[in-house]
Amino acid sequence: MAPKAQKKPQGKQMAKSSAPHKPKNSAINASRLMKYSRARIFQRKAAYKVKKVKTPAKKSAEKAAAAAFVVKKIGGDKNGGERKVYKKTPKSLPTQVASRKVQLRPKKTFKKHVRRIRSNLAPGAVLILLAGRHKGKRVVLLKQLESGLLLVTGPRKLNGCPLRRVSQRYVIGTKTRIDISKVALPERLNDAYFRRQRSAKKSAASAGGSADIFAKSDAAYAVSAERREDQAAVDKALMGAIKASGDGPMLRSYLRSLFSIKSGQRPHAMVF
Amino acid sequence: MGKLDKFIEVGRVAFIANGKDSGKVCAIAEIIDQNRVLIDGPCSGVRRQVCDMKRLHLTRFCIDLPHSARTAVVRRKWTAAKLDEKWKETSWAKKLEARRLRTNMSDFDRFKLARAKQIRNSIIALAAGKIRKEAKAKPNALRFRKPNKKRHIKKE
Repeated sequence: MAPKAQKKPQGKQMAKSSAPHKPKNSAINASRLMKYSRARIFQRKAAYKVKKVKTPAKKSAEKAAAAAFVVKKIGGDKNGGERKVYKKTPKSLPTQVASRKVQLRPKKTFKKHVRRIRSNLAPGAVLILLAGRHKGKRVVLLKQLESGLLLVTGPRKLNGCPLRRVSQRYVIGTKTRIDISKVALPERLNDAYFRRQRSAKKSAASAGGSADIFAKSDAAYAVSAERREDQAAVDKALMGAIKASGDGPMLRSYLRSLFSIKSGQRPHAMVF
Repeated sequence: MGKLDKFIEVGRVAFIANGKDSGKVCAIAEIIDQNRVLIDGPCSGVRRQVCDMKRLHLTRFCIDLPHSARTAVVRRKWTAAKLDEKWKETSWAKKLEARRLRTNMSDFDRFKLARAKQIRNSIIALAAGKIRKEAKAKPNALRFRKPNKKRHIKKE
């Protein structure tokens, strides 16, 4: 028989404890069974003393529902005498209230997805690009954008890689770091800035408007003035940071060189 | 077969070649049986434990230990014999260190090494070229050729 628990003064005398939460119930041997049943826990927590607070939210919901229609009187016998006239026709007028399945974990839209970054990729890290136009080049990581893609630059002066987005999946993060705390990135560098521009004609055609399908696609990609401006600004700051770092001249030639696997090198055993 | 000059004995300093604590040196505190010994390396981070002889590679160092000496005694004798410095000075330890540095080279380090090699080789090549040029200029000087070698003589 378990000894009787000592009654502690409750209610007014019980101050709000700042002690860490000690759950009264616990699982038995890592199974789904709990030590105390629901009824028992109700007693132990003295939950009968806790007054339930009515949520006022229901009232506002009712009000909103009431405002959606107007009650109008109609003539004639035996037809109720009243009709609810909806101000805005609702999408459906169900005869039964559909039971909503409670979504404990609703589907997350892409915007709300958690963006992770590999632990060895920090701003200022030198990355090796493994795919794409600039594969093999060693570039500097500037930051991670909101979409999760990495913003990198050559610097363009050293290896021709411009300010560019890159997926971290196609990248090897090296241990080499450059201190870019003094490098101020332009505010406008975000995902929208780097988004591909579709020509107006094409977008009209896709929207269903009549467009000449034999019309030549727009001229080749031309670098915008703001791109040039941002590239120059970032490059200047970054070259300064490279110069200031310990191994300036070596770093420069390092970033100019291309990465390749030589005979006898085993990537899985190499430290990058 | 090499010289049988290193023996498993109490006080022998051994290098642990594989398994737990591999790469560390320790002292043999006691011999248990034909295959096992009691090792202890308080100064090198090896806990007092039983070890199979096959894991141990014997060094040429030996400290004066009474058998079954406890850890404190081993530590005292080890520091008195200055084994840490002596071990580091051996070419065995130096080779291990060099191998460790090589495997831990980052991509930038590898680049710097390759560049350093390239510069060194270009210096050597330049110097060798100079010597070759000077040798060519001297008509009867000793050329870089093997003596008594049959040579194809050009018809003049």
